[in-house]
Order: sequence, then structure tokens, then C-alpha cells
Amino acid sequence: MIEIKDLHAKVEGKPILKGLSLSIKPGEVHAIMGPNGSGKSTLSAVLAGRSDYEVTSGSVTFFGKDLFEMSVEERACAGLMLAFQYPVEIPGVKNVYLLKAALNAQRKARGEPEIEAPTFMKLVREKLKFMKIDNSFLHRAVNEGFSGGEKKRNEILQMLILEPKLVLLDEIDSGLDIDALKVVSEGVNSLRDAGRSFLMITHYQRLLDYIEPDFVHVLSDGQIIKTGDKSLALELEDRGYDWVVEETA
Amino acid sequence: MKHYAQVFEAFNQGADDGWLKSQRIAAFARFEHLGFPTPAIEYWKYTDTKALAKRDFKLATDYDQQAAQQLMADKGLQLDAYQLVFVDGLLCKELSNLEGIQDAVVIEPLSQALATELELTSGMMGRLAGIDVDVFTALNFAFVSEGVVVRVGNNQKVDKPLLVTYLSTATEEAVMSHPRILIAAGASSELQLIEHFIGAEEAKNFTNRVVEGVMERNAKIHHTLLQQPSDKEWWVGRIQIEQKRDSRYTSHQMNLGGKLVRDDLVCDLNGTGAECDFAGLLFGRNRQHMDIHTLVNHNAPLTNSFETYKTIMNDRASGVFNSMVIVKKDSQKIQAVQNNANLLLSDQALINAKPELEIYADDVKCAHGATTGQLDMDALFFLRSRGIGEEEARGLLTLAFANEVIDKLELPAIYNLVETAVAGQLPHKIELDLIQ
Repeated sequence: MIEIKDLHAKVEGKPILKGLSLSIKPGEVHAIMGPNGSGKSTLSAVLAGRSDYEVTSGSVTFFGKDLFEMSVEERACAGLMLAFQYPVEIPGVKNVYLLKAALNAQRKARGEPEIEAPTFMKLVREKLKFMKIDNSFLHRAVNEGFSGGEKKRNEILQMLILEPKLVLLDEIDSGLDIDALKVVSEGVNSLRDAGRSFLMITHYQRLLDYIEPDFVHVLSDGQIIKTGDKSLALELEDRGYDWVVEETA
Repeated sequence: MKHYAQVFEAFNQGADDGWLKSQRIAAFARFEHLGFPTPAIEYWKYTDTKALAKRDFKLATDYDQQAAQQLMADKGLQLDAYQLVFVDGLLCKELSNLEGIQDAVVIEPLSQALATELELTSGMMGRLAGIDVDVFTALNFAFVSEGVVVRVGNNQKVDKPLLVTYLSTATEEAVMSHPRILIAAGASSELQLIEHFIGAEEAKNFTNRVVEGVMERNAKIHHTLLQQPSDKEWWVGRIQIEQKRDSRYTSHQMNLGGKLVRDDLVCDLNGTGAECDFAGLLFGRNRQHMDIHTLVNHNAPLTNSFETYKTIMNDRASGVFNSMVIVKKDSQKIQAVQNNANLLLSDQALINAKPELEIYADDVKCAHGATTGQLDMDALFFLRSRGIGEEEARGLLTLAFANEVIDKLELPAIYNLVETAVAGQLPHKIELDLIQ
């Protein structure tokens, strides 16, 4: 589904990713862990298409296409979705408007007709219920005045409605209490299937108790230095990162 | 100037001797004396009328009926309203409709009122917007011949809005028009006035309209201005309102078109409890220049004024927002709020924002603020990352910025018109009744 080969990227002239390679196949759930400053968030930003990150070499193909040839919105329409660590507040744009505009933009890109209003509302209500979000939420401006937990739930709600093929979850667990984490994880798990993949970026093993990964990667100084299964995450929780760094040095 | 003198002479020569003729002569003399304003005058600091002064405009004597009808069909508002339509300054009877007006309400073309009720009409004209107010107001008076007279009797609520549409057509030679609206709103009366200025794409005319309104005790006027001349047109407007006790004037000024636009709005709050509430939007593109000046005189205690103005400037457009609130010495316990926010959509766009307060009373509540910024790049990225195209995402965010003002537009036809003008073709709005 996505092939990342020897990716190098800079932020403000400073190299952050230094030869990262990763391959994700349909249906797989990958977790990337690593200490602060290792390049975790840079990876998700580069994949989603943020302009303040400069790719200096390497390649990424998404369903066989060069990802860097695609605009931000083209990536989204092709099925890539970034669930933000810090979702932005957008005063004046209602949630319902965002959801409908995004869904229709993606349908249009796929050559499908716009969704009928009643069908759309039925879909949205069903997903709201699943995410334990009140209907009044639709009339509120996107993330404006939302708590950290509400913002993350909103990200997952968008995911449930847009049904992306590859989801990048950037520290989706940060700032969540256990109850919110459960709701968010259930949302993610409900979408797991043989055709959909996830790349989770996280500091903590805790998230992986709720969303079980097939692979765990350790990112350090812009490279993946170790890959294992979920037992690696437990080991990292126990022993920290230093031993991996030393082992591979 | 010489050109104006020639046009004026030919225009006023044919008029009957009497009040109007002598008033026009005085007004024209005033205009000649003042001349077109230059940026050396503080009041016109950011708006240069030099290019306007160079142009020669004629007065229309006729218009293309078919072009007018087409323009009205293409861009006119579809509203259940009393309608008066002017084309290049001339009354268009075919498109006007004043049928069914209630007895105690008079709505008629100014030309008719001047012919049949000169005494009453002359008493209304120039009372608030006389020749000393401003050079363009003097110019308007010099050439005044058409417009609207509205008299609403005590306790009368006009049962439908009054829609005045001004069509500006693409003429061989550019024309000017100087319409004037005179309003006398009786005690506890209610009027909704909508003015819609529409310019044909190739029109390059000059419109200079004046509104004078006197509001008696507890009268209410709801005034909407939709201003959409072509981007080759010159547009100057002035609204002067006098408010007596407990009257309430609300204004929605939507400045959406024109090459050079200057819009003045003045309220004199002369009676205790009088209140005015202004909301406005200036949306400029290409090389448009738009200037809005407001003035509220708190001449009585316990009066309130509220202002919310937003400007959006794109490309090389420039905007001016200047609001002045003056609180007289004995006007205690007044409240005045001036809010202004400006959005620059390009590096070359420019805004000059200046909210001002002059307070001579000591027990008042005044607040003012102005902010200027650009679109939030994080929000733009977020919307695009959900699949929304860049242009649409920009439109959505621009609309979101303007929403505080355009949400106040209650009539859907007007709301949609402004929304489309601001955000371009956004996907259809969600039907609100479906989301309960």
C-alpha cells in the first residue's frame, strides 16, 4: 500500500529524517515508537504533505503512485488520512459542513455523485452515536472550544465517515483519559479490515493495549533501527530506548 | 470641473424656476467651490478621487430596456417586496411595482413627489444631507432629480420590504446618477429597506446616492445595502439618519463591487434610548478600492451604538475602515462598541483601519478594537488534508471569517447572494431542517 524508501527530510534546514524505509501492506497495523526528536511527527507531516518540511531524497509510493507528486487534497482523496496530534480549531466552519464538504470532495475525486442530504445525515448520526458524541456537536465550529478528548474523538469521527485506506494516527493517545482512549480505540478498531492499514505514532505502550499492532518499529535519529512485534513495545516500556540504540550502534 | 459645469447648465436650464432650481444652483456652486477631495483632506486621506475627477460623465436620457430587463433577471433579488427600479438614474416603471401599499404609507419616486408634493418633499430634502455635509452630497443635490420618498405613518408597519434596485448598464458614454432617498418614519413605525446596486459587467458609470432618514419616537428601520457595481465603476454613497427617542436603526452594508467605492454612514442619536446597530462587509479584489466611514453622534444620554465591520481584501485591492463615535458632554450612560476585523488574502492587499472615539461625558461604556490578519495556514492545511481542494478550502475559511457579519442577513435570497460573492461556488449549504 505504501512504500517508503530511504526517506530524507529537513525542517528549517535541519535534517530530521535520515534514510527511513518502511513498507505497509493492506490490513497491517504498524506502530512507530521512539524518543522525543527522533522524527516521528516529521514522518507523518511529510506523508500528509505539510509544506514546511523539505524532502531531500528518497521516495514514497502510495498505491504505486509517487506520493510527492500529489497535492495534500489528492493524497486525502487517494485514501490517506492524518489524524492530527493537535487538531486545529476553525471558528466559523461548522463540523457538519466540514464533514459534508470533505466527503463530497472525496466522492467527486472517485467519480461518485454527491451524497444525498438524508443519507448523509443518517450516516453522520450513526457514527456520532458510535463515538458517543452529542448531535449538537454538528452545529459547533470545528474543534472550537473542544477539550483535548473531544478533538481526538472528532478526528476519529472524520475517519469513520471518510473511510480512508491508510490512517496515520499521530499520538492519538496524548491527552486522553482511559475512557476517552477506549472510545477512540474502539473507533479505530471498528475500521480494521483486510484492506485498510494504520500507522500509529506513539510514545506510550498503553495505546497498543487497545489497538494491537502487527509490527512495532523503533525510530531513532531519523531511521528505523529495530522492528519487532508487539512484545517489542512491552520491552521498550520496561527498559526504555537506550538499549536499542546501543545495540544497533 | 468644466465638464460638470456644462452638464449642469444644460440640466438645470430646462427646470422650472422655483425652490428646486435655486437649490441646485447653490449646491453646484458649493461643489465647484470644494472641488473633488484630495488625500490632503484628513477625511479623504486614503481615498484618492483624482482618477474619478478626470472622467466625464453624462446624464442618461434614455436606456436600453432589454438590457435592463436582462440585468434584472440575471442579478436582481427575487423577493416579495415593494419594488422600485432605476436604470442609469432613470425610473423604470416596467420593472417597478408599488401595488397594494397600505393607506398610511407613502412610497413614491422622488420625481413624482417633487411634482405633486413639493412643499412636503422640500422639507425632507437637504435637512440632514445638505450641501455643506460633503462635496459629493452637494454634487448629488445639484443633479438630484430621481430617487424615492418614503413616509410611514405613526404605528404603521410596512407589511413588505421595500426593494430599491439601481441598475447600471453598459452605455456607449459613461453616465452618472445622483439618486436620493428621503425617509420619514413616523412614531412606532417599522420599515425594511433594501437597496441593491447592480452593474453590468462592462458598465463604467458613476453613482452618487444619498439617503436621508428621520426616525420619530420608537421607529424602527432595517436597512440593507447590497452594493455590486462592476469593477470599472465609481460608487459614492452617504446615509444620514436622525434618531429620536427609543428609535432603532440597523444597517447591513455589503460592499462587494466597484472600482472606487466610498460609503459614508452617519447616525445622530438625538433622543434618549435611541440605538443603532451597524454591520458591514467590504470585499475587494483585483485593484478595487473600498472606503467605509461611519460616524455616530451620541447626542443624548442612554443611547447605544454597535458596529461590526469586516473587510476582506485580495490581490491588489485596498480597503479603508474609519469609524468615529462622538459622545457629547451630557450624554451619560451610553454604550458604544466598535468591532473591526480585517483579512488580507494576498501580500499586495492593503487595509487602513481606524476606529476612533471622542468622549466628553464621564459615565460611558465604550469599547473598540481592530485586528488585521491572514488566513490561518494550519486551518487551510487541515481542510485540504480532508480532501477539500485548496480553492474551496480558502473559500470556506474566507466565508467563515465573514460569517459574523453575513449571518445577520436574515433573508435567504440576500444571504445566498453575499455568500456566493464572498466564497465563490461553495457546495450547497446543508439543509438546516435535516439536522435536528
